[in-house]
Amino acid sequence: MTIDLTRFHSTFFEESLEGVAVMESELLEIERQVRRGGKQAAESLDAERLNCIFRAAHSIKGGSGTFGFTQVADFAHALESLLDEARSGHRLIDADTANLLLRAVDCLRALVHAAKDDGPAPTDVETLHAELERAQANAVAPAAKAVAAATASVWSIRFVPNDRFFHTGNDPLRIFRALIDLGPIATHADASQLPVWEQFDPQVCYLGWDIMIEKAMARDALDDVFAWVVGDCELTIEAPTATATATVVNAVAKVDEKAASSIRVATAKVDGLVDIVGELVITQTMLSQLVEDFTIERAAQLQAGVAQLARHTRELQDAVLGIRMLPLGFVFSRLPRLARDVATLLGKQVEMEISGDRTELDKAIIERISDPLIHLVRNSVDHGIEAPQERTRQGKPAHGTIRLNAYHKAGNVVIEVLDDGRGLDRDRIVAKARERGLIAADAAIDPSQIDEFIFMPGFSTSETVSDVSGRGVGLDVVRNNIRTLGGGVEVSSSPGQGTRFVIRLPLTLAIVDGMSLRVGSEIYILPLAWIAETLQVQPQDVTQPAGGPEIIAVRNEFVPLLRLDRIFNVTARATNVNEGLVVIVEADSKRIALFVDELLGQQQVVLKSLEPHCQRLEGISAATILGDGTVALILDAGSLVRQAHSAAAVLAAASNALHPSAAASAATLH
Amino acid sequence: MNSSAQIAGTSRAAEAEQYLTFRLDGLDYGIPIHQVQEIRGWTKVTPLPNSPRYIRGVLNLRGTIVPIIDLRLRFNLPEVPYDAITVIVVINVGPRLAGIVVDAVSDVIDLDPEQRRNAPEFEGQANRQFVQGLTQVEDKLLVLIDVDKLINHDALAQAADAA
Repeated sequence: MTIDLTRFHSTFFEESLEGVAVMESELLEIERQVRRGGKQAAESLDAERLNCIFRAAHSIKGGSGTFGFTQVADFAHALESLLDEARSGHRLIDADTANLLLRAVDCLRALVHAAKDDGPAPTDVETLHAELERAQANAVAPAAKAVAAATASVWSIRFVPNDRFFHTGNDPLRIFRALIDLGPIATHADASQLPVWEQFDPQVCYLGWDIMIEKAMARDALDDVFAWVVGDCELTIEAPTATATATVVNAVAKVDEKAASSIRVATAKVDGLVDIVGELVITQTMLSQLVEDFTIERAAQLQAGVAQLARHTRELQDAVLGIRMLPLGFVFSRLPRLARDVATLLGKQVEMEISGDRTELDKAIIERISDPLIHLVRNSVDHGIEAPQERTRQGKPAHGTIRLNAYHKAGNVVIEVLDDGRGLDRDRIVAKARERGLIAADAAIDPSQIDEFIFMPGFSTSETVSDVSGRGVGLDVVRNNIRTLGGGVEVSSSPGQGTRFVIRLPLTLAIVDGMSLRVGSEIYILPLAWIAETLQVQPQDVTQPAGGPEIIAVRNEFVPLLRLDRIFNVTARATNVNEGLVVIVEADSKRIALFVDELLGQQQVVLKSLEPHCQRLEGISAATILGDGTVALILDAGSLVRQAHSAAAVLAAASNALHPSAAASAATLH
Repeated sequence: MNSSAQIAGTSRAAEAEQYLTFRLDGLDYGIPIHQVQEIRGWTKVTPLPNSPRYIRGVLNLRGTIVPIIDLRLRFNLPEVPYDAITVIVVINVGPRLAGIVVDAVSDVIDLDPEQRRNAPEFEGQANRQFVQGLTQVEDKLLVLIDVDKLINHDALAQAADAA
């Protein structure tokens, strides 16, 4: 029988990538310890961390060997050998080694991806491989533990006693005791030969073992242990370089963009679902029996049954949504590495503290919040955290701290990104805003309003454009991405103390907080996230310069007025602006005033896609089903704003000519 | 059914097909029954902005949002008020669902492909493209509708109108 190994490839890739993720996070922790404590810390490094990294490298090597990915196996082997020296105490991990190891881990990840997608291997494999080997060659022995024995340290032994093993007076236990005396061992028992209970003979040894022993020693020592039993068992002893037994990686799942098409669900969640479905079936049976011979006296019973059905349905809905929920740790886990890399590049010292990484969010949001978070963290390192000298001068610790914090609040998930850096430079922001004509030269502005400017497109106050940030493609994109997810982002800052970004996200994309609006006999839903304010305007607030689109003055700003009844071709009740209401909608940092008959109130709606049955429509993002079973359309704020502003671009020029005083404000319309 | 299958030697599916027939402005039309998902009475729909007039709007069909097309308007026939016997025939074409509003449904008939004739060319009107063929059932003319064209054409028209 041949076994089709390709069946297991996806599992191997998944496990390997998880292994790589474990290696990365542990290495980062080790590097942190090294940096903090200097040499002493390096010597007292947490052995368990090293073991963990080693085990991951080892299983990747084993797995890739089995499946024939020789390039991965070779590279993992080189990495493993270096790690092994560190683990056995023959090498100190200093900052350089940690850096090399991290780069090697990146390369290993790229190799696994290449093997998975049949793509080309990363270009730096050869150089890194050579570097790893060179590093191994000039191994630095720690002063305290100068050990001469160069033989590496994990021996793997296969030990299968034969049927008559006990008859010769031997006991596997004795062997294990002797081995433990030599060094720490890990065993794996092979119980596949165990017969059914009736045929079990207590005088026969049915078990076999795979043993790994960690000790730098000559083979003789092992041969001595097995000397007495050699004739009564099947025995293979493999020198450390040839170990191939897979060990279990303690799995920290990590979502990779390419692998994100499947989802790992905790068994408990699935069990919960099965329970609820069971309950649902029972209720359904009960109800159908009730209906079969129904009399009016049993109406109360029916009512109770339907109530029960409603409860189970709600539970089922929650549970199914719960399956799509993933902990934020999936995204958070890659940020410390990012912060470290950026900080190293800029010669800064940054530490990352994470809390609330177990907070769960919809998978679709998790996948799309990653970029905005990366952006914010990178921003904090680049703009927020000062250079070490500057920090010390100000009496702060040399290393900056970025804190990521996530928690539930009022049906939303809140993610905070805080740094203890210099804070926002309000003077520069104001100067920049004036330069770009966003505020009048002499206008007095509220500090919190100043902070808001950083979300404007093309707004970067970084003095130099670096690799890292400062290209001005920035926070406006972050804000927009977050709004697309139905959330919002705010910033607050105090000079010299730090900056705090607060991101608020809905738990799921399937449900949205909306405001229902009425225009004529139609009801539309506008997601709350896009609504800046609602107000009532007077006819004299509306101007129509040069016969173009209508604009209204909202405080110091001119905003294009969009009459929903006209663009959607429905008959509105109100035609004069003072008869209805104006909703200020903000998207892409632009505002429009949406004129509607009235607001009906706030409600949560379940999103229903119009596709594939209908075509996409300008101004409509989706639909929802109202309580009475009718369909209401959900407005697409982004598209409405674009629509209004393409018309308003023409108008801005005209408004400049007609209204010299409005020139500065009209500029924001672009 | 099998016997008719023996006779038929055309390139078309050589088997008697079942058609749902319905009335529209005094004429009988037929659509293949396997493309009919359900028939339901007229209920109020939600209008879709910036869509052709013949798309009456969308309807909630047990959680799915389905567009509703008025076939009278589609075929440029005189508009009549909807009443108690106005029905929506929900049809599916591949993954897409749509409802068509017709005056009334009449019958389900077996039709041998041999009986089908191509529509004559002299009509020269826009609706020609939706007509798959003509046939006679009990001395009455039956117009067979090409549902795929009907739905896909709407998609195109709608995209063009929105642009």
